[in-house]
Order: sequence, then structure tokens, then C-alpha cells
Amino acid sequence: MEKIDEIIDGYVDEEGVLIQILLDIQHELNWIPKESIIEVSRRLQIPISQIYRVASFYTAMSLTPMGRHLVQVCLGTACHVRGAPKILNKVENTLKIKAGETTKDMMFTLRRVNCLGCCAMGPMIVVDKDYYGKMKTQDVGEILERYV
Amino acid sequence: MMPKINSPTELEDLRREILSKRDSNKPCIAICAGTGCLALGARRVINAFKEEVKKQGLEANVDIRETGCPGFCERGTVVVIYPKGVCYLQVQPEDSFEIISAIKERKIVERLLYTDPSTGEKVIYEHEIPFYKNQMRLLMGNNTKIDPKNIDDYIALGGYGAISKALSEMTPEQVLEEVKRSNLRGRGGGGFPAGRKWETTRNAPGEPKYVIVNCDEGDPGAFMDRALMEGNPHSVLEGLIIGAYAIGSHEGFIYARQEYPLAVENVNIAIKRAEEYGLLGNNILGSGFDFKIKVHRGAGAFVSGESSALMTAIEGKVGEPRPKYIHTSESGVWDKPSDLNNVETWANVPLIIDKGSDWFTSIGTEGSKGTKIFSLVGKVNNTGLVEVPMGTTLKEIIYDIGGGIPEGKKFKAVQTGGPSGGCIPEEYLDTPVDFDELAKLGSIMGSGGMIVMDEDTCMVDISRYFVDFLCDESCGKCVPCREGLKGVRKILNDIVAGRGKEGDIELLEEIGDVMSEASLCALGKTAANPILSTIRYFRDEYEAHIEEKRCPALVCKDLISYYIDPERCNACRLCLKNCPADAIDGEKKLIHIIDQSKCVKCGTCFDVCPPKFSAVKKISGEPVPPPIPEEKRVLVKDKKSKGGQK
Repeated sequence: MEKIDEIIDGYVDEEGVLIQILLDIQHELNWIPKESIIEVSRRLQIPISQIYRVASFYTAMSLTPMGRHLVQVCLGTACHVRGAPKILNKVENTLKIKAGETTKDMMFTLRRVNCLGCCAMGPMIVVDKDYYGKMKTQDVGEILERYV
Repeated sequence: MMPKINSPTELEDLRREILSKRDSNKPCIAICAGTGCLALGARRVINAFKEEVKKQGLEANVDIRETGCPGFCERGTVVVIYPKGVCYLQVQPEDSFEIISAIKERKIVERLLYTDPSTGEKVIYEHEIPFYKNQMRLLMGNNTKIDPKNIDDYIALGGYGAISKALSEMTPEQVLEEVKRSNLRGRGGGGFPAGRKWETTRNAPGEPKYVIVNCDEGDPGAFMDRALMEGNPHSVLEGLIIGAYAIGSHEGFIYARQEYPLAVENVNIAIKRAEEYGLLGNNILGSGFDFKIKVHRGAGAFVSGESSALMTAIEGKVGEPRPKYIHTSESGVWDKPSDLNNVETWANVPLIIDKGSDWFTSIGTEGSKGTKIFSLVGKVNNTGLVEVPMGTTLKEIIYDIGGGIPEGKKFKAVQTGGPSGGCIPEEYLDTPVDFDELAKLGSIMGSGGMIVMDEDTCMVDISRYFVDFLCDESCGKCVPCREGLKGVRKILNDIVAGRGKEGDIELLEEIGDVMSEASLCALGKTAANPILSTIRYFRDEYEAHIEEKRCPALVCKDLISYYIDPERCNACRLCLKNCPADAIDGEKKLIHIIDQSKCVKCGTCFDVCPPKFSAVKKISGEPVPPPIPEEKRVLVKDKKSKGGQK
């Protein structure tokens, strides 16, 4: 909770900062817990319902706890024509979860994203901050293994 | 702390000072540190070079520069050695010793040069490589000459000279006039003349006025704005300051996607450096003009790139569009006049002020002036960012610069303009690319995504892909877009699953027309373009799916089967080991067979089967041949050599 107050303190007297604060909370805690929303509501004097609406609208914000590692499979057009759906399929089979879900051991959260702007490298996956381009289905297992 | 620059003269003095400290003959190793090359391991390459320079005791004799994206992403990591511009491609960390030794001995590392695929000749210099030779890189060209985190690199190249000129020699009206005369049109997709937009905001009642950079590059397959923002952020800032001066704005926003962390990082650093030099803040260059910029991160919503949605997002609300009876240029952020232009548009502004509108209008076509950056991706040999004068034909871009289609496959279509665009077939490849010509073909130029598709791409699947994308991204506020997309998605899902029926195509066209007519914002109005353009040019593919239950490109999962050709199978067990469904039966020297009832059609067997055998086939629209009789499954020696033949 101190962390959250610290984040909010960084934006005093600025207008329109709700999204930026929520992004910072997401970055700090890896998700946006209910308590933090209540605190933001109290400090910014914005109704809880409005904050929920913002937090549920944007894909970068998660209202459920996320796994230790975030796996993002790019499904932009360039990646799609180069076989991204097969890569997603393979990742889903390997982690035994669907896109949008988190593994039971809280190790991995899997997301599909619509273009990371690395179109020349497609198909592309990103694990945390590591980008892997020109993916082949055969490489998926080995890459995920590195994060276990 | 850096000294503040208080006048145009001081800026010139600083430029001279920077240049005097630099030895133009000193070798400089420029390594791409853009997101694309980083994905290919550029960080390790950069570290290896730094270490090698140290090891060889050359710290005083050789510079290393981490630059933005030079565009030739296909061959990353790209390393260019200045002053001559020797270009090495696909550089690995292990190559650092050889390259640095070569610099010392004034030699060239032949094996890392570009090889012309038609003549086999090696090409030494960056500007002689066909991929670059046929471009006109007014905006992208400086990316390899600049460390985006170092403002002095930009100033050394004449950077901030245009704002200096504007503030000291021109009135805001004159700046506006110059931009209007240049006929610079919005690069984000709309193609609206930037000068006219500026004028509307300038003349609109209400203070303060805002200027905004749209770096919410959401079109899948487009990444030129990322490359500019990461690689040359000061050029965008300079354009924005000039625009603010012309419009009479003192506060600007940069709206950048959070999916582009490096762009956000670099632009934040750039703003800080510019503030330290006094190029942002109060009394810029002693002119009395004040201007500040804030960076706002987007949070992952495609529709937020739409101007009115973006502005509500800046206010901290859900980024949804609103009806635009009143333009945002008159009533935008907090209902104040707000001018929004895209990254590439802003980056053009310093060039126009610096070189004049006559120079700018000498490039391009009648209605579209200047250059345009395209992201050439998909099934094309040289993927990457390509900057060409407006009016260059699709053929020149895809074949002369892009090097054609890989693996000898056949070109099928090029998709332009992202989810609002359309697919253009082969017979229109001679079309010159500009705002108006592509619109005539039922597509748009959009922000410049150009996705090349070959014979292995199913056009119905592509159409469904975009509809899926748009269903995810539609904000749901207006009915035609929300319900229309859901409706067409259902029909398209049926078609690709083999449940298509007569009349589906006509129904798709009808719903598409309604969406175009009645949706609230550009997302919905253009959402039908991918469907309508594929029906227009590839109706036969839709018909094959519906009438024959056949996918001609062998893509749609429910309409294809995988089959192992017994004549070609070498019983190597690769497919069998990799099959996630245990659907393949066989053993050493026993020809493999796919159990069709177990097969999940993931395509793994097709991918892993060694190309010299290519035994796994995809078939569609015909029954799978029955498995060969048990007694014939044993692989005999002479058959093995036969199986290996192509």
C-alpha cells in the first residue's frame, strides 16, 4: 500500500493521470488488486466504478494476479501470415493453458498481442522483456524451459 | 549540467563546437539497437564489440554508437562502419574480433557483406545495397548516424536548425503558410492536409491549445513510427515545437503505446536533454516562445489511436471515440482546440521548414507530396522499413527493394492500410502508391503497413483474421460496428469451418455496406474493407470454401488433412516423435501413417519433415487416400533412395 501511495504522490496536482497511475501499479505489482483501486479512488476522488471501467478496458491492465513470467505471442498480420497461430497453439499445448490464462503454479501468464512492431522478425514471442524473433514451433519448448 | 542555449547564434556555436571535437575520419561502429535487432540478440553484439575494442586497446581510436533502426530488419543485427559506410549484415557477437581487426588493418570482412542474389557479387557500402539504393531516406536516413540518447548527435547533423530558423526568421503565420504550401498530408492514415488542420486549431476560440503526437501505432504490421521514435526522437520533438509555434500552443502531448517500451524510454530521455539545452521550456532560444511536452503511455487499446479516443485517454478516461460533428482540432483535450498528427507527419516538418515547401513539393505525385515509409513485411525476401517517394509502384517496392517472394513461391496479394485497408492482387502491382491511387482499388495507404502474401495465404482466413482483430478492438459503443463485426465473424467462422452456405458472400457484402455507412468512427467505417476487398478480388476462394469445402491455399484447419506420402516417407520417426497427439503410427524402417481420427491438424509433422523428403502433404477438398497395406509398409533399401528424390 505504501508503494501505491508513493506512485500517486508522483503525480500530484496533475490532471488526467488515472491511466498512468494504473499502469505504474500494474508495473510495480504485476496486477491491479482491489485494495489498490480503493486507495486510488480515495486519493484521486474518482468513483471505484470508473476506475474499474478503465482497468477492464485496457489490455495492459490485469485485475487478476499474473504469473511470474509473462509470455506474449504476437498475432499481428505479419506474424499471422508467417504462422503465428501455430506458435500460439504450441505455447498453449506446452503450458497447458489458453491465451489469457495463468498456469496453476503461477509461473506463466500467456497473452496474445496484436503487433509488437517487430514485424520483420515474425513470428515473434516475448517472454518478460526478452524478444524472440523468427520463431519455429520446435523452439518453443526450449525457450520456455529457460524460465522455469 | 549542460549550458542553456539562449539564441540561434549560440546553437550554431554549439554545433561548431561539437563538430570540432569530432574527427570525421575516426572509425565509428554503428550498431542497430532498435527493438527488431534487439530481438535478434543485438545487445550481445554490442557488448561483444565494446569488449573487443577494449581488448585491442582501441578505445581512443574507434567509437561505438548504439543507433536506432536502419530498416533492413531481415538481416539484423546490422552493423555499419563509418566514415565510409561499410555495411555488415547478420552480425553475431563472435564476429566482433574479425570486424575490429579489419578496421585496424583497413580491410573488409567479405563474408558479412550483402551478396546480390542475382549476380553473386558482394556489395560493400550501405548505399549500394539494392534494398537501400532504390529508396529515398529523408526521414530514416539519419537513424544510423544518431545515438537517440545523445542530443549532440542530432545537433551535429543540423538538428534544431529548423526551429531556430522558424523562431528567429519567421512569424507563426509564415510557418503555417509554408506547411500549407508543402501540402503535407497526415501520415497516420487519414491523409488530411496537416497545414489545414493546424490552421483550424490556430483559429479556433479557446485557450490553451494543445498539440499532440500520435504514437499509438496500432495497425498490426506497421512499425515505422516505432523506428522513428526510437531512432530519431529529436526530429519528432523539433517538428512538434515548430507546429506549436505556428498554432500558438504552449503544451504538447506525446501519446505512445506501452507496447513500445524503448520508444517511450528514448523520447523521455530526448525531452529531458532538450529541456536541459533550453530547446523546450520557457523562452526557447531567446525568442520568448514557451513550450513543454508530456509523455502519455497508452495502455493497449487499438481504438485509442483514433483522434477523439486518444484525447479522452489523455484526460485519463476510457479511450473511446465520440461523434465528430465538431472536430477535435476545434474541441479536443478538455474541450480545448487540439491538433493531433502522427509521428511521421511531425518528423517531416523540420525538413519542410529547413529546405522549403518548393523542395518538398518537388517530391511525390500530384496529390501526395514527399516520401512515405512503408513496413514491408510478410512473405517477402527483404523485410524491413522502406522509405520511397510517393508514387513509387507496388512492384518497385516489393520486387526491386523487397527482392520478391521467398522460396520461389507465387505472389498472391499485398495487404495495405492495416485492418482498415484491403488486399490488392497481382494485376494492380503497377499502381503508383499514394493516398488517392490505393483508395481507388478499395484499399488505403493507411499508416504504411504493407504485408505481402504468397500462394500459401488463404484470403478467407486473412479476412477472418482482421474481423477477429476488430471484434477484439471495437469499443462496443455503436451498434453497426459492434453487432456487424460479430455477425460477419460468425459467417466467416462458418465458411472456414466448412459450414458455409449459398448466400453467405452476399450477406457479408450487405453487412459490410451498412457498417461502412453507419458506424461512429473510422474503425467501424473501414472495418469491412478487408472483407469487401478480398471478396472483390478473390471471390473464387470464398466460393471454393463454400461450395467445394476446399481451402485452395491449404490453410483452413477444418478443411485440410495431413497425409504422409508412402512413396516419400523415409521412416525417420521425426514427425512421430514430435506429434503432440500421438496420431502417427510407425517405427524405424516402417513407413509412417497418420491416424486421421486422432490428428489435431497442428501441422507439426509438416514442419519437421526434412525438406529432402517432404513426405507430409496437405490435402483439401478430396478424401485422404487409404493407408497402405501393412505388408507394403516395410521400407526396403532401394526404395529409400527413391524416397529421397525430389
